[in-house]
Amino acid sequence: MSTEQAPAGFTAEGGHGAVPTAGVPSDERGAKTSQPLWECFVRSRRGLAHTHVGSLHAPDSHMALRNARDLFTRREEGVSLWVVASADIVASSPDEQDSFFDPAGDKPYRHPTFYDVPEGLTHL
Amino acid sequence: MQTSADLDTSASALRLGDDALILGQRLAEWSARSPQIEEDIALMNLALDQVGAARALLTRAGELEGQGRDEDDLAYLREEPDWSNALLMEVENGDFGRTMVRVLLVAAYQLPLYDALRHTSDEVLAGVAGKAVKEVTYHLDHARSWVVRLGDGTQESHRRVQQGLDELWPYAAELFETDALTARLVERGIAVDPSSLESPWRAAVEDVLREATLTVPETTWRPTGGRTGAHTTGFGYLLAELQHLHRAHPGASW
Repeated sequence: MSTEQAPAGFTAEGGHGAVPTAGVPSDERGAKTSQPLWECFVRSRRGLAHTHVGSLHAPDSHMALRNARDLFTRREEGVSLWVVASADIVASSPDEQDSFFDPAGDKPYRHPTFYDVPEGLTHL
Repeated sequence: MQTSADLDTSASALRLGDDALILGQRLAEWSARSPQIEEDIALMNLALDQVGAARALLTRAGELEGQGRDEDDLAYLREEPDWSNALLMEVENGDFGRTMVRVLLVAAYQLPLYDALRHTSDEVLAGVAGKAVKEVTYHLDHARSWVVRLGDGTQESHRRVQQGLDELWPYAAELFETDALTARLVERGIAVDPSSLESPWRAAVEDVLREATLTVPETTWRPTGGRTGAHTTGFGYLLAELQHLHRAHPGASW
């Protein structure tokens, strides 16, 4: 598992933000190394974007795609599937939360609805 | 009033349905026992595809038979000698490798079978076949992935999947047997001649075995009898598990 892209001591595995790599009990069958984690994205119909639906273990991308088909599209959920190795996802870490996201908190004028629409303006 | 053609078509649908249901039951035995949860669900998808096809086929068999039997009567209330599935569907799963070999051997047979059956003169069977072709295409793809992975994997996985292949191979011959029923069905344009499926089956299977570095077994032993109700010892236990709930609580549902 590569942790080069994630902050030291963290990984993006699971796709739910960074999680610690140390102190986590690992599968005794070695699933973490021989069966790495993959993030799965389903496009529910044409015209929509692929949406993250979950993750799964698979030995390679071929099997990951087939496992994703069996796990996440068995009830007609989608028309297209992506799988991405979780280790390849670069995620922000909880430590960076303040510097990343708080500065946007007091800038409501960045929402288009902040501004009054001038009278008589069409085609907006 | 049932014509002899109806009864022949019913018997044909029953063979197809029995094959599908018994294989589905065997695959379902892996539920919660698979090597990993992803594969557990994949195997149950295969099992459900087979059971789904079986439901439609047994229903059709019952309609054409004209004795008022529905899918449940046929699935739950027949004794061993009344079942017409091939022995390959009923033999024990063995390990995961052997289970995947069976899926490979059966899917490579069902694919050309259902493909041809789409043009049968029976509209219901043609509809079932049209749906099943897509499902079985995936079964073949899934089994191929695993058989190649295991055969061309470690020494131990190669040894085990080769052993499973050696054990199951002789049972495949029964799939291509012809009898008076299949001859009449071919004549009436209802079913495909089973013997015509052997060469595409063999080509597809050998293609996978070559990639998987497995050896095609050589054998002269050809176990047979499933189509006429002579089943293996383990089949009774399979039926007991399949039928006990319905026999203990007739018509139970939830």
